[in-house]
Amino acid sequence: MSELWFYILAGMTVAAATGVVMLPNPVHSALSLVATLFLVAIHYASLDAHLVAALQIIVYAGAIMVLFLFVIMLLNLQTDPDESPMNATAAIAAGAALAIAAVLGRVFYAFGTSGAGAELPEGFGTTKALARVLFREHTVAFELTSLLLLVAVVGAVVLAQRDKHDARVEPVEPVEPVETEGQG
Amino acid sequence: MDAWLIGGVKSLIVIAMVLQLSALLLWVERKGSALIQNRYGANRANFFGVVPFNLGFLNTLIADPIKLFTKEDFVPAGADRFIHSLAPFLALFPALITFAAIPFGDYVVIGGTTIELRAVDLDVGILYVVAMVAMSVYGVVLAGWASNNRWALLGSIRGAAQMISYEVALGLALVSMVLTYNTLDMQAMVYAQGELIFGVLPAWGFLYQPAALLIVFTAGMAESKRVPFDLPEAESELVAGYFTEYSGGKQAAFMLADFAEVVMTAGLVVTLFFGGWQVPYLTAEGWTLPFMDLIPVTGWIVTVLQLASFTIKVLFFCWLQILVRWTLPRFRYDQLMNLGWKGMIPLALINLFITALMILLVGESA
Repeated sequence: MSELWFYILAGMTVAAATGVVMLPNPVHSALSLVATLFLVAIHYASLDAHLVAALQIIVYAGAIMVLFLFVIMLLNLQTDPDESPMNATAAIAAGAALAIAAVLGRVFYAFGTSGAGAELPEGFGTTKALARVLFREHTVAFELTSLLLLVAVVGAVVLAQRDKHDARVEPVEPVEPVETEGQG
Repeated sequence: MDAWLIGGVKSLIVIAMVLQLSALLLWVERKGSALIQNRYGANRANFFGVVPFNLGFLNTLIADPIKLFTKEDFVPAGADRFIHSLAPFLALFPALITFAAIPFGDYVVIGGTTIELRAVDLDVGILYVVAMVAMSVYGVVLAGWASNNRWALLGSIRGAAQMISYEVALGLALVSMVLTYNTLDMQAMVYAQGELIFGVLPAWGFLYQPAALLIVFTAGMAESKRVPFDLPEAESELVAGYFTEYSGGKQAAFMLADFAEVVMTAGLVVTLFFGGWQVPYLTAEGWTLPFMDLIPVTGWIVTVLQLASFTIKVLFFCWLQILVRWTLPRFRYDQLMNLGWKGMIPLALINLFITALMILLVGESA
């Protein structure tokens, strides 16, 4: 990918990411996040990491963000009434963001362009190459992660079931009509 | 520059084919429903009465778009104008570009350049399809939310729940297909289906994975939100569901997206289970029928036969989906969810387990 394309894409990504925190409407923010994740996936694809790009879209832009949007819509969150964008929290957050940007910028500047123009190894970014690394060098970590996800899924099911179980143990008694005095 | 040109032309061809086929399917649906319900239908189109046969297809290709795009584009009061306009594009976009990963032919050599007959040479093709299916939820969800209409919101919530539920079964069935073919590359899957079982039967996917075929076809129909899975737009309950507040061109975009998803489902089923562009027993040397002499067929004729094979199969599965749509009644919502979560997902899991077990026992994929 040429440098020009990279800068256009990077500008769009930063703009979308800024939209996530700046837009007052939560649905618009969530959509900005979808756009950001999608654009990051395009960055991955342009770096020959096709598998990671596809997974990024399936997991983040697809599954997780649909859930986010679903919850925002169900809770019917309203537009943030706080009209003043420059309160104390925002100032601290901006300062922290600038500090992190400065540190990251220093680190990446130190890397310089040492890796630019290097030849990619054969089969870089393909599923086979990634699977080899994942299942040969990081098997334990991979299995532990899958176990963690399984625990989360089982936990979600248990939490969702508990209300139903309680309801069965203590059936809700029919409400007796309350006698009203002095009416009718 | 050559690569850009070839890629651009291929992408244009694929998008144009999907768009044209979607528009034509609208006519097939009208005429097909008339056939199924034993009545006349779509028989008024002609050119000043001079053409001796019915020009119904021109209705959906020319007259309908002109009518729809010159209609008033109405945005209801209190609607989120930007998202209301964005939603039809978000519905149409993934439906149109999913076809990019599907190979519609082997390859052709033009002027010494080998051109693969698919829009993009993706080695993660099947994951790309899953990713685009996942993205297609947004159009439905946002259309309902932005309309500021309760029926629309109910429709979009139904749509999101339905599409997410059936995506799980679809994904699991696709994993078993990946195990069977031992690749994520859809072109490689089609190559694998060019082999013969015992030297007699073409090794098409449905012979190995009938359960996965059932799941992928059903989940694909559920993703396209048409009868019997049209709960998100159930007109007897929700006016028109998530696109209640849409008119003119935007409504046409939703309709087109549904038909593009029909084409997509057909393409996916054909590529995974019915040999893609493979013609039975046709190899690069010619027709090698079992127990018979080789019938020499070479060069361009092979390519044309393969393209025709893919097209006919896709058309057949489009027609099959329209047939199902006009044959079955709509599900009740609990039936829909029960079928998805208690029927198809367990079936897909069992199918995946058996597939993995067979590969472990036999020692290699098909």
